[in-house]
Amino acid sequence: MAEHDIQTSPFSSPEGADKILVKDLDFYYGDFQALTDINVSIKQGAVTAFIGPSGCGKSTFLRCFNRMNDLILGTKADGLVTLDGQDIYAPGVDPVDLRRRIGMIFQQPNPFPMSIYDNVAFGPRLHGVKSKAKLDEIVESSLEKANLWKEVKDILDRNGLALSGGQQQRLCIARVLAVRPEVLLMDEPCSAIDPTSVQKIEDLMAEIKDEVTIIIVTHNMQQAARVSDYTAFFLQEVAGEPAELVEYDRTANLFTSPSDKRTEDYITGRFG
Amino acid sequence: MNKNLTNSLAMAFLWIAAGTTVAVLFAVIAYVVVNGIMVITPEFIFTWPEGVNAEGGVWPTIVSTLYVTGLAMLIVTPIAILAAVYLAEYAVQGRLVNIIRFAADSLASVPSIVMGLFGLALFVETMGIGFSMLSAALALSFLMLPIVMRTTEEAIRSVPKYIRWGAYGLGASKWQTVSRSVLPAATPRIVTGIILATGRAVGETAVVIYTMGQAINLPLTPFDSGRPMTVHLYLLAMDGINLPAAYGTALLLMIMILAFNLGARYFLRRNRKV
Ligand SMILES: Nc1ncnc2c1ncn2[C@@H]1O[C@H](COP(=O)(O)OP(=O)(O)O)[C@@H](O)[C@H]1O
Ligand SMILES: [Mg+2]
Repeated sequence: MAEHDIQTSPFSSPEGADKILVKDLDFYYGDFQALTDINVSIKQGAVTAFIGPSGCGKSTFLRCFNRMNDLILGTKADGLVTLDGQDIYAPGVDPVDLRRRIGMIFQQPNPFPMSIYDNVAFGPRLHGVKSKAKLDEIVESSLEKANLWKEVKDILDRNGLALSGGQQQRLCIARVLAVRPEVLLMDEPCSAIDPTSVQKIEDLMAEIKDEVTIIIVTHNMQQAARVSDYTAFFLQEVAGEPAELVEYDRTANLFTSPSDKRTEDYITGRFG
Repeated sequence: MNKNLTNSLAMAFLWIAAGTTVAVLFAVIAYVVVNGIMVITPEFIFTWPEGVNAEGGVWPTIVSTLYVTGLAMLIVTPIAILAAVYLAEYAVQGRLVNIIRFAADSLASVPSIVMGLFGLALFVETMGIGFSMLSAALALSFLMLPIVMRTTEEAIRSVPKYIRWGAYGLGASKWQTVSRSVLPAATPRIVTGIILATGRAVGETAVVIYTMGQAINLPLTPFDSGRPMTVHLYLLAMDGINLPAAYGTALLLMIMILAFNLGARYFLRRNRKV
């Protein structure tokens, strides 16, 4: 497998190694180009937020990291995306293995129609863990990390769909954490759930980010400001034209002194 | 005025149509119940018919019916599910798949007596299985296969996208995604399809009359012949041998089919609610 050495990251920072690097990425749905010329470096052990008006390609970009877009017919990613320096689009990279290293949470909580226990054990079983004791341990620690253990420890055999929406979302987080991913992609994970669960999810993000590099898409700017260390602002200026990455910086800088006029307009609520 | 009149007329016709449907249904049920209810006793259910007039019970015919239906279900279920998974998930959607679907739908509308004749020719005679539970179950499975396959295909297609994403997102391969998350999610509707097809098989006469034989017999192996309830009912009534027993058998059959349909509804509901 070809290793690409990229030293010229425009946003290299001293305290975080680059976990993911994106260089000159264009993305297409058939003839429609959704993203153009994206360059970004995602820092290990940090939370990175993607913000921007809806339809500007945040989800599309997120799905480039675990090659979920491969499941959509006629899509094409042009450019370089590396995980720990390794090109994830290189021939010979199996997207199935990649997705084990890069977990994903969706806007709509999507527990499987099976017990809470089986939901969390799904991934480990998939990857060959058979021992009951080991599975018990993984289930408990994953639910712990997802801030859900206390609520469900006595009802592990109940169907995951019987939980509230916010609990379902935390169950999905536990399910992903159970395969011990290196990166966690979260696509608007809090837009369909209750405030208590939102709080719990924001708390757990802070707790796990040392182990799991997190990228979160949100259109709640207060949330981006609260939870993230870095923020990227995307914008599609003209309908039908591809979206671009307008500004990427430490969250504190981007929200207090944006360097691009369009970023300022967006965060002060002038459009979007 | 004119508008109101049209409206009232339309309403009247709708009421008459709906009323007729309900009335016919009730008439049939009431007729069978009134004539059959006195006949059904534990002895009637659990003893053998005796003598030329088939006095006594219907036990071997109940066993034959359940035997052949169960066997047909065992044959149909794996084939139908594999075929449906292939059609819904793996086959390149296009002409060939549409032809397969059309063939399945056509198969479902072949008159059952034709299927019985075919079963007689193929299983009983050509393959030499003889009049038996197995011949009848194979012929019945032709009848059930398209129903179960199509309902399973619909069930698989209606599993929400995000269930699949959940599995793919955990590093599941396509087969793992289908077998471990899509199929479990589709199971309630698949089971409903199987139960409905089974209910249809319980009431089937034309297919089994040509393939199972008519001898009153308690089947043990799949190669034993027997007489299912429907054929028993047909023979009793046609030759006017024993009308009360015919009504008793008819009522038992209706109860069994009703139980299957209620079972399907119950199963679907319980799994919807979770
Ligand atoms: N499966 C798809 N096929 C074709 N176009 C798509 C698909 N998904 C998204 N798009 C288009 O790509 C653009 C970006 O969408 P998306 O990534 O969902 O934006 P966001 O997540 O920022 O709201 C939109 O114009 C959208 O219509
Ligand atoms: Mg989106």
